[in-house]
Formats: sequence, structure tokens, C-alpha cells
Amino acid sequence: MEILLIIIIGLLHAGGLYMLLRRSMFKMIIGLIFLGNGANLLIFLLGRLVKGKPPVMEDGMKVFTDIYADPVPQALVLTAIVIGFGLQSFAIILIKRVYKVLQTDDLDELNSTDEEI
Amino acid sequence: MLIAVILGFIFALLVPFFSRFFKKAIPFIFPILPISLFIYFVGFLGEIKSAAHQLYRYEWVPSIGVDLSFRLDGLSLLFALMITGIGALVFVYTANYLKDHEYLDRFYGYLSMFMASMLGVVLSDNLMTMFIFWELTSISSYFLIGFNNNDPASRKSALTALSITGFGGLAMLSGIVILQSVGGSYSFTELLNSSEVIKSSSSYGWIIALLFIGAFTKSAQFPFHFWLPGAMKAPTPVSTYLHSATMVKAGIYLLARFTPLLGDTFWWNGTLVTVGAITMVYAAIHSVFRVDLKSILAYSTISALGILVFLIGIGTEKALLGAGIFILAHALYKAALFLITGIIDHETGSRDVSKLAGLQQVMMPVAIAGFIAALSSAGVPFLLGFISKEVMYEATLDLGQWAIILTVLLVLTKVGILVAGFWAGIKPFIGNLPSEFNKAHLPSPLLWFPPLLLGVLSLGFGIFPSLMTESLIQPVFSSMSGADTVIQLKLWHGFNLVLLLSVLTLVTGGLLYWFLIPSEARFQKTLRYESISPQNIIEGGSNLFGHFARIWTKFFQNGYLRNYVITILAFLTLLMSFRLFGGVNIHLDWDQISPVSSYEIIVVVLMIISILFAITTNSRTVAIVALGVVGFANCLFFVFYSAPDLAMTQFSIDTLTVLLFMLVLLKLPKNRSFSSKGMKIRDAVLSLLFGVLIAILTLEVFEEPSSSEISKYYADNAYILAKGRNVVNVILVDYRGFDTMVETVVLVIAAVGVYSLMKLDLNPSKKDS
Repeated sequence: MEILLIIIIGLLHAGGLYMLLRRSMFKMIIGLIFLGNGANLLIFLLGRLVKGKPPVMEDGMKVFTDIYADPVPQALVLTAIVIGFGLQSFAIILIKRVYKVLQTDDLDELNSTDEEI
Repeated sequence: MLIAVILGFIFALLVPFFSRFFKKAIPFIFPILPISLFIYFVGFLGEIKSAAHQLYRYEWVPSIGVDLSFRLDGLSLLFALMITGIGALVFVYTANYLKDHEYLDRFYGYLSMFMASMLGVVLSDNLMTMFIFWELTSISSYFLIGFNNNDPASRKSALTALSITGFGGLAMLSGIVILQSVGGSYSFTELLNSSEVIKSSSSYGWIIALLFIGAFTKSAQFPFHFWLPGAMKAPTPVSTYLHSATMVKAGIYLLARFTPLLGDTFWWNGTLVTVGAITMVYAAIHSVFRVDLKSILAYSTISALGILVFLIGIGTEKALLGAGIFILAHALYKAALFLITGIIDHETGSRDVSKLAGLQQVMMPVAIAGFIAALSSAGVPFLLGFISKEVMYEATLDLGQWAIILTVLLVLTKVGILVAGFWAGIKPFIGNLPSEFNKAHLPSPLLWFPPLLLGVLSLGFGIFPSLMTESLIQPVFSSMSGADTVIQLKLWHGFNLVLLLSVLTLVTGGLLYWFLIPSEARFQKTLRYESISPQNIIEGGSNLFGHFARIWTKFFQNGYLRNYVITILAFLTLLMSFRLFGGVNIHLDWDQISPVSSYEIIVVVLMIISILFAITTNSRTVAIVALGVVGFANCLFFVFYSAPDLAMTQFSIDTLTVLLFMLVLLKLPKNRSFSSKGMKIRDAVLSLLFGVLIAILTLEVFEEPSSSEISKYYADNAYILAKGRNVVNVILVDYRGFDTMVETVVLVIAAVGVYSLMKLDLNPSKKDS
């Protein structure tokens, strides 16, 4: 399974980078999201895969008795997902705004300063 | 001593704060500074005679051996007297020359700063301190050349001068550092004891080469000479002070100072004689082709500096003595000529030597000063110039096999300097006054007194050389040569070869002056060789460098974001591949790999298909749906592998993103294909390489055993310390609670941004109106 996940991580990074290099801002954001997903999976994977043993204690217990999934990567990824969302939503709204003001979705047309607009 | 040196800086510092209160008094306050310093230094004449040198030491940065230590001996005293003495005259002269100038206070500030730095250069015993003062003279010279800052030519000249002298200064700094590492000290006085060690060390060549660059740039030696004529854009008092009498002689001072330490070797003498000879002849020839008075004087100054380098290069006792006297003689007559040029410019508004004539009818005292200065530069008997010229000829005639060629070169130069001096000091005053200059009149005594005083000094020292022989020239000579020979200066040497040469120089120069009428046309003819002049070549070189820098910048900083990304990632990929090429170390332990079940395969396949869809599709809706599928598949992985919190977060956030995208989508233009096929292939190849690389890296990292001490600590103490059973939650809200709070702040900021971007109606047409 790990091998499959690694292939997916590679694919997400490759796809994300490819989309990031497009001129359309829309595609750029998709690329950004893919890269974020890929990185999250990567961190998650490095905490090792444990099936069906979440790092949650059963009621009444004070310590773990069984094996459990590594909680630290999970905490990291959780933070990353949330922050990533902040970034994505802002970026999405921004391209909407840019289009409204400049009537373009093409990054290369944003290459000038205010005066020339 | 320390106060004497830094007093000028203090004055300069006070200018911006107090000048507005004393605007009227400034021309009276500032000249007091150099005058009192001059008197202070004259007081040392007696002490220098009795003792070889005096040291004054003030600690500054003892940890790296940098002290504010000052060494006073004949050489530094001569320079200190010139700096303060001519400084005093220039300060007085300026009071009238720039009367009512808006920035007179600033000008005096720069001048004081320069004077203090220059004193620092010639008095410092510590070479590091000397370098700092040296750079300060370059900087104050930059301000003074660019004083007329509204004039682009003036700014350009200032920058040229700064770059050339600054470059030389850096070379000199390296030289000083190497010198220190060989000789073991920054102190000149201490270095003197290890002279032989330094001369025989393997770095000797580097030391003198770097010091030479410093000296040659500062003293305008070929091929770095061209900044000096450009520097004539400065107001005339500046040209007088910095660019003929003092600052340009800093390089000469450096060479003279180091002669006892580094001199008397083949490379030292050979280089200096060659460079000096080229400079003096080149500039002497140049000067007779000019018509602008200041230009003529600039080239004749370069020529004189060439003579000084040449004499120091010859390095015999006679030559060093000649150099010592000539430093003084040149400062006296050239400063006078510059000041006179300033007066002429001030009164007639012209510096064109082919037009000026007959001014003695209106300004007799100036004319007298001009005559004396011109005759001194020509080396006519009874003037200081004569004595220095006699000694020089004696020096070159003593040289055996080289005597003839070097003497011929020197005579040639002297003829050129004579013509230049006559043009500047005599030509404007004789003949008939052209009608256009009828309005010219005798200026205030503040203007004509300084050059006249300089002339009187030339005359006085010329007629009675004993006035200075014992008190000044002897100590100067001793500190330059290190020898104890008692010198004798006489006005009359009897009929001999030297006198014959003097007469020859005078006659040739006189004839040349008589027959060679300065004309604009001839000056224009020289311009055709402009393309091979050192100025053009060096400037061309620097332009080429600038051009290269622009191409370089354009290539890497081209303003296209994706090109930056490509550059960075391509480099990263290359670097990593190089590292991986050395051997990938992957040994998968198949026992540790979890088994694959059927539903997992379905999710994986689904994910791969959606990724490919999202990339290749041209429809936005499809892309967003595919994006959603990728997110949910991701979510499923979290569910499978024991991360319920992650799954929940991912799920809600993915939903939100898709919704937001859909909302925006409606407003976006139709999807166009911007990129060409080639670009797509290039990007695809790079992306694939990058993806493979990440995958391989992940595999490699996966190989490392994961250390779970931190996780274990968190898990063990989750309930005991934090009373929580969900460890992930405990980490987020308890162990790392502060981080989470800041994260919330970030989210709030993003939310505010999103909200305002959605609501704010920023209609560009409304904003413009």
C-alpha cells in the first residue's frame, strides 16, 4: 500500500507543478491545491500507516494499551489543511477580483504596473 | 594631535544643525579653522628638525591592531602645512568666490571634511586608519566635484572620479592587509624595521602592485588619469585645493612614504619610472592641445604628478630631493594658477585661452601673481620652480646609461608644462583687451590676495632657498630616503650641463609658446583619437560589464513567475538527481509494508484518474469536480489509516473549496489555451522529473526508522497532563495551543481578506473620476 501511496504523492507533485506553470490563474490554483494535498499525504505517510487504531483512548482509560497511529504527523497535517484552506480561499477570491478589474485570467497580462492599465 | 585631525569633521558635522543661525557669519568662521591649524603645524617645524619623527597614539580598535596613531615627520609635516596653508587661502578665496551661494555652508562643510580626511591620510601611522581617511578624501571629493548637482555632466564626473579612486582604494586595502600579514603590524613605524623581510617575501609583488593601483588612481597616473580633467567640473576652489595641490598628491605621498619601506627594488623603480614617464609626457602633450584654461591646467597637473612618480621611481637621493622640492614648488604655482583662472572665469565668464587677452589693464595684482606663477612653473631663475628643476636635471643626468633618454623625456615634459603655465598665467593678461571683456574689473582682495601670496612665497623660497632648506626640505628628504646626507640648495650652480638644459627648456618652451597659438580647431582634431583613449576603453569596459549584468538579470529576473519556479525547481531537480546518481539506497522491507485490499485499489485508481482529468481537461467544471474527487479520495485514505480528525477536516474543507470555486467559476472568462505545445512538453517533462524525484526521496526517507519519542511522550501524557483522550486534539489545543491560536488569527485575516474582496466595490472607472 505504501508503494501505491508514494506513487500518488509523486503524481500529485508532478501534476501540481505542471498546473502551477500554466498561464491561467485558475489552473495555477488547482496546481497549488494538488501540491498541498501531495505534501499532506507525504507527511502523513512518514508517520507510518496503521490501520484502524486512531490515537484516541477508549473511555475510562488513562494510557494506551494497544498500538496506535502516530499523532504528531496528524496534528501537523491538520494544521496544514486548515492553513492551506485559508490560502486557497483567498487565492480563489483574488482571481475573481482580478478578473473583475482587469478582465483577464492570463498571468502574463498582469506583468505591468498600475499606470499602464 | 587627534583634535587637530578631527576638528574638520566636527565643523562639518555641525553645519547641518547650526548653519541656518549663522548664515551670514559662515565665511568668517570657517577660514579660522585652517588658519589656526596651519599655525599649529608651523609650530612643529622646530621639533621636527631636532627629532626624526614623533608618534602620537590613541587606542581605537586594539583587538585588530587598529589605532588612531599619528606619525609626524618631515614628509607628513610638509603635506600638513600644504593642506592647511593652501586650505586657508582657498577657504578665504571661497568666501568671495561663492559669495551668496545658496549652499555655501554645505560647501564649507565638505571642504572641512576633506581637509580633515587629508590630514588624516598624511599623518596616520596606522595603515588601516590611513585607508579610512583615504576613502574619506575620495568621498568628500565626490561631493565637491558634484557640487553643482543640477548639472548632469558634473554628476557623471563625480561618479567617474569616485569609481576610479574607490577602486584604487580597495586595491590599496588588499595591499595593506597583505603587508600586515607579512610584516606583522599595521603600524608604519613598526613595519619599517622589517623592511628586508617584506622585500624578500613572496608576496612582495602583490603588495606593491596593489599599492601602486591605489596610488596611481588617486594621483591620476596613466591609464587612470582621465578622471582628473573631468573633476574640473567642480568649482575652481575645489580644483585648486583637491585636484592640484593636495588630494591628487596623496598617491605621491603614499609612494614617498613607502619608499624607505618597499623601495629600491627592480620592480618598484622600473614600474614607477615607466608609468611616471608615460604619464608626464602624455599629459604634457595633451595639455598644449587644450583651449579651456582649467583643462590645460588639469593636464599639466597630471604631467607634474607624472614627474613626481618618475622621480620617486628613480629613487636616488638627488631624485627624491627633487621630488620633495617639486611637491612644494608645484603646489605653490599650480594653486596660484588655478586661483587666477577662477578669478578670470569669475570676472569675464570665459575660460577660453584663445580669446582671453589684455586683462592686466584691469586687474594688475592678479596679473603679477599670474606672471610669477607662470615663471615658476617654467623654472625661471629666482623662483622656486627653478631650484626644483635644477635638482631634477641633476638627478636624471646622474643615471649612467639611462641618463640621456630620461633627461630628454623630462625636458620634453618641462617644455609642455612651461607652455601650459604661460598660457594660464601670462597669455590672458598681455595684449589688447577684447571689447567683450570691457566690463571686467579688479575683484575683491579676498580673491586676488591668495594667489599673490602664493607667488610671493615662490619668489621668496626661490631667492632665499636657505629659508626652507634646513627647516623643511631636510626633514622631508630624510623621511623619504632614510639617509642622513646633509643637503645644500643653491641658486647658482655655475655654468654646467644642467644650466644649459634649463636654458634649452626655456628657449624651446618660449618659442613654442610664441608660435603655437591655442586654437579650438586643433583641439577638435585631437578628438578623433578619442576612441582609443584610456578613458574610452575603461568606460567601454564598464559599460560592457553593465550590459552583461542587464542580460543576466533579464534572463533570470524576467518578471514571469513561472520562469522563476522553473529555474528554481530545475536547479533543485538537477542537484538532487546528481546526489541520487551517486547511488540510491533503497531496501524495502516487505514485511513492514501493509497489504493492499480491493477497496484501497479502487480509491487509488480513482485518484490517479481524477488527477489526470484535472490536468488534461479543458472544462473548468470537470477540473473542479476532479479536484473534489482527489480531495475526497485523500479523505478516504485518512479514514482507512486511523486519522478520523484529518478525515473530517479534509472533508469539510474540500467541500468548501469546491463550493467556492464553483461560485467564482461563473464569473470567469472562457478557458483559453495559452501555452504552446513545446512549452507544455517542457513543463510536463520537468514536472514528471520532479514528481519522480519526490517519490524517490519519499522512499528514501521512508527507509529511515521513524523515531516516536515525541509521539510517545504526547500519547503517554495526553490524559495524565491534559485530561484528553484524543491525542491529536490534545496536541493542537493544549501542547501546541499557542500555535493553534496564531493559526486561527491567520485564518481570520484570510477571512477578512476574502470578505472584503467580495464586498468591496472597487470600480476602476469610479476611482479614476
